[in-house]
Amino acid sequence: MVSGLDFQLFLPETILLVGGIAVLIADLFLRERADRETNLAWVSLAILVAALVASAAQYGVSESLFRSSADPVAPGAFVVDGFTTFFRIIAILTTIIVFLASVEYVRGRTAFRGEFFALMIFSTLAMTLMAGSTDLVMVIISLEFLSITSYILTGYLRGNVKSNEGAVKYFLYGSITTAITFYGASLLFGVAGSTNLYDIAARFADPTAIIGTPLMSLVLPAIIFLLAGFGFKIALVPFHQWSPDAYEGAPTPVTAFLSVGPKAAGFAMLLRVFAVALPEFTHEWAALMIGVAMVTMTLGNIVALSQTNVKRLLAYSSIAQAGYMLIGVAGVSVANIAGIAPGEGGAGLAIDGTAGVLLYILAYLFTNLGLFIGVIAVDYLAGSDTLPGYAGLLRRAPFLTVAMTIFFLSLVGIPPTAGFIGKFWVFGAAIQNQLFALAAVGAINGVISVVYYFRILKQMWYEAPADPTPLRLPGTMNAALWICLSLTLLIGLFPAPFIEFANQSIHMLGVFVRS
Amino acid sequence: MTATNTFGAPVLSLLIFLPLLGAVGISFINRRNVGVIRYATLGVTLVTFLWSLQFYFNFDWNNQGMQFVDRLVWLPSLGVQYLVGIDGISLPMVVLTTLLTAVAVGASWPVETRVKEYMILMLVLETGMLGVFTAIDLFAFFVFWEAALVPMYFLIGVWGGPRRVYASVKFILYTMAGSSLMLIAILALGLSHAGGPTFDLLELVRQPVPPGTQALLFWAFALAFAVKVPLFPLHTWLPDAHVEAPTAGSIILAGVLLKMGTYGLMRFNLPLFPDASRQFAPLFAILAIIGIIYGAWVAFAQRDVKSLVAFSSVSHMGFIVLGIFALNAQGLNGAVMYMVNHGLSTGALFLLVGYIYERRHTRELSAFGGIWATMPLYAVLFLIAMLSSVGLPGLNGFVGEFLTVLGAFRANPIWAAFAALGLILGAVYLFTMFQRVFFGPITDTHNEHLEPLNLREILVAAPLLILMFVLGIYPNLVLGPLQTTVAQVLQMVGTAVALR
Repeated sequence: MVSGLDFQLFLPETILLVGGIAVLIADLFLRERADRETNLAWVSLAILVAALVASAAQYGVSESLFRSSADPVAPGAFVVDGFTTFFRIIAILTTIIVFLASVEYVRGRTAFRGEFFALMIFSTLAMTLMAGSTDLVMVIISLEFLSITSYILTGYLRGNVKSNEGAVKYFLYGSITTAITFYGASLLFGVAGSTNLYDIAARFADPTAIIGTPLMSLVLPAIIFLLAGFGFKIALVPFHQWSPDAYEGAPTPVTAFLSVGPKAAGFAMLLRVFAVALPEFTHEWAALMIGVAMVTMTLGNIVALSQTNVKRLLAYSSIAQAGYMLIGVAGVSVANIAGIAPGEGGAGLAIDGTAGVLLYILAYLFTNLGLFIGVIAVDYLAGSDTLPGYAGLLRRAPFLTVAMTIFFLSLVGIPPTAGFIGKFWVFGAAIQNQLFALAAVGAINGVISVVYYFRILKQMWYEAPADPTPLRLPGTMNAALWICLSLTLLIGLFPAPFIEFANQSIHMLGVFVRS
Repeated sequence: MTATNTFGAPVLSLLIFLPLLGAVGISFINRRNVGVIRYATLGVTLVTFLWSLQFYFNFDWNNQGMQFVDRLVWLPSLGVQYLVGIDGISLPMVVLTTLLTAVAVGASWPVETRVKEYMILMLVLETGMLGVFTAIDLFAFFVFWEAALVPMYFLIGVWGGPRRVYASVKFILYTMAGSSLMLIAILALGLSHAGGPTFDLLELVRQPVPPGTQALLFWAFALAFAVKVPLFPLHTWLPDAHVEAPTAGSIILAGVLLKMGTYGLMRFNLPLFPDASRQFAPLFAILAIIGIIYGAWVAFAQRDVKSLVAFSSVSHMGFIVLGIFALNAQGLNGAVMYMVNHGLSTGALFLLVGYIYERRHTRELSAFGGIWATMPLYAVLFLIAMLSSVGLPGLNGFVGEFLTVLGAFRANPIWAAFAALGLILGAVYLFTMFQRVFFGPITDTHNEHLEPLNLREILVAAPLLILMFVLGIYPNLVLGPLQTTVAQVLQMVGTAVALR
């Protein structure tokens, strides 16, 4: 049964779906016109802005959609709550910034431009669906939807060997991890007897149903197999091997998109599935996160040390960044997600791990996209994505260099930037949960990352340029750069409202906590 | 401890952010107007210096607490505040910072490449340093601490000597490694505070953490500060950074940035972790003594004047740490006095070494000899700075050395004996260096006709040299406002009664 309320709350997704199809059709009719990509880019942007407004308008809503007609009280397959709204906004903002940064690039480099815009819009749709899915079937369909659009976008440069290689690797890894995820979901379905996350939680909460039966031994494998799917999207070690090749081969705007959007959506899904369906197993999955976080940060940072291709380097950097975010997941409190206020006078819960993840993602969105705007600009204007291509950038594009320096400092976590606030929050969550070793590993990793981030800074600031002609950024790219820069500094200097936003957005509808 | 602001206006914040505002203003000047940029920067630093003097004259010597306090809630949910204030320990550091920054800008006239970026970085650095010496909230302190780190990285890396890249990366890695664990410790300390999270130092010192936890947190803080000081065996970044940095960078580095380490030990480690401080004091004193003797020994072997002065810093900073961990009034007073003196004398030495380097483009000892004959005024200025560094009575250096060694003696006479040995070695290497540069016959024909010091060079060096005499004769200018603060720190550490 689909009610009027469902339609109203599903509006952002509807806009994206209809808009994406409209762009595809419009592309057919505009084929012959010279200015079609510019027109299509503006139309696509308008669609995204409309979806953003529709999402933001649902701030504060907490409703379950698509309930079954047989049992209208039972929750449905999709939910709109603070958490969904947050990740809808993240997904759409990512695409908007990537669009602004890539209008010129797409015009110059790729064929089939209309499809490019449509595919990006469909990817955004997939990410918003991932944010609100509350049924394992919906989870897997949206995950797969995002994967397929990502494969195509990665291989978009058809004549380019690296682009093809990246896409094929991405596809092969993706197929296998999807199969594993399916298997994990089927195990969970077999144990709990339902695909709905709320039903699963209720079965585990019922002391007479599963607890104590041999079926319990299947839960941990199910958690691990599901993590494989989410970890693949996030690029967590050991599910990360696709990402360096895909990042290097993909058109640079797509790399920018992949490094932020799917990662954020993966975190949304991971938190949602584990917090809603498996709150009884918080200890188990949180413990798993500690190990994965440590390995992910350390491997990402250490392998990044030896990279000479900037896109590849940033691929490993973003693996490490996901590791920092996982520190927050290890410090999650399901009670906070359910909206139960921290105990009176207890200093122990001032920082929530989930809020830490959300804050970090918000900071990372502007920081990493800002950095990638620089990479897109150098790729587009100077035709290089290797370290020597950045030599003497200070002389060729002073403002871009200063902005990129600030983004690098933010990735390291040096105040007063957004990245520092994000790190402060996830480390704080870990420390409150007595995970001192995890926080220390994270802190030491921050130092390792300095080595390779500053290698790029060294090129930009210290070296003499091979070709001293100034680089002039197109207006749209400059606009995107300004958005990212100002928000990176704004979050760093005046974090209070953003922290409030993150704290409000951790609430998920109907999370069950045994008191 | 109390926090007061009798002005009712954010006078201190104005001081801290004045250089930053200046930097913003200068970013609008066309980069071709090099002269305008230079004079504007000098103007900003001079105004900042004059404004900082105002704090000196309005400082209430008998007030135990923080003065000129500005407070702004930053993150209400965590009790994080922008909270700055000045007490007897911060006061000399603030004035030293503003003075040395102005001197460093004056010494930067020969910088020809990318002057605009250079000057902006200097001003941002000054804001960071002033914040470090005035922040009372641990979060704000950390923000300023890191903010002071990055500009120095670029100053060394872009405008430094031939091995600048290596030196700048080494500098930032050492410092970041130290400070990253401090961040964890700050979080642990602030979040575990009974009665809700807070990062306000004045709140935190009221309820010291249990002794077991203290040791861990003490080390996390101490490591960050010890790298900055630098305390043996963490000193290896310093010679590289000093030698490769441009003259102004060396002045700031030796004069102010190293003091951030000893200041941090005094401001945070002692009051926050009294039990751990008492427990580990002997260890730190011994490391300090090793640094004193080792630094002096290695300085003696240097062939490059600048790296000789750099190693002398390792030795001198050892005295400051020794004074701090003597944990008595003489030691702490001496340490602060020594911090000011070292800033003046080493700052002056780096400045003067820079002058000769600009004329000869070498700093090798063997390239000089007989300079007294060609540049007599320069030789006299150098002699004063050197004697101040050696600790000649009548000049400022003596007071600090005497007090720290006296403090060390009262804590443990054997420490004092070794420290005194360091004093002698200090005289040996500095006199030897002076002899080889200024006396004897002119061995190199280049030295026969050296351009005499110009007016700018004399004016830039003058304030440092004048202060050496002033503080040597009347050290109470620094020690006076310090007394109540030192007494209070000792009271917190709990050694005041035992040793008085």
